[in-house]
Amino acid sequence: MKLTVKYFALLREAVGVSEEAVEVPQDALAVSDLMKIAAERHPEAFSSLKRIRAAVNETMVPMSAAVKDGDVVAFFPPVTGG
Amino acid sequence: MAGITTVRVGHEDFDVSEEMRRLERSERTAGAVVSFTGVVRSDGSVVKMELEHYPGMTEKALLAIIEKARARWTLEDVVVIHRVGELAVGDQIVLCLVTSTHRHEAFDACLFIMDWLKTEAPFWKKETHRDGSSSWVDARESDEAAKERWSEA
Repeated sequence: MKLTVKYFALLREAVGVSEEAVEVPQDALAVSDLMKIAAERHPEAFSSLKRIRAAVNETMVPMSAAVKDGDVVAFFPPVTGG
Repeated sequence: MAGITTVRVGHEDFDVSEEMRRLERSERTAGAVVSFTGVVRSDGSVVKMELEHYPGMTEKALLAIIEKARARWTLEDVVVIHRVGELAVGDQIVLCLVTSTHRHEAFDACLFIMDWLKTEAPFWKKETHRDGSSSWVDARESDEAAKERWSEA
């Protein structure tokens, strides 16, 4: 399946791109599995952060959430607005 | 009467008085107008900050937070304005304005919305210091605890 992966803030800077297409052989996986795949592509970027949060299709989700074909998955540091 | 929810995310500044005036109704059913304004503060080293967000998700997240507040308290209008882009020390960052019949609902909902915004809305601050260096602001555990407080009640 094909996914769009987005990065924000410190993670975006460390990865070097704000968005990339990711193709995986599986039909379905958890956000945590996709994060492992992204971390293999960008090991230094991911290891530089203690905590990473995720969103699927613009909604914040736990790492156990499911990812399906066509989803837009975002990884980012804990938010600091307000 | 159904209240109006307004969410605005952008670089443009806001005027608290003007936003309050917009909520005035001929019926005058709201006895309480509570507002919170967040401002870029300096610790002596910070000179400006850059606010990044996740366009599209930001607005959805803010609307979802306001819906949670509306499910919990009887509110009239709710306005949340959050600025993004480059902001200087002293600039306004965020406005949360809540109106209700009596004060307690408006005070509680305003605090609830801000506590949730701090941990659930996709904004990230990057500070630039006097010496020209810059750093991303770390999330504070006390913010997470502030949000969790609401689940105990």
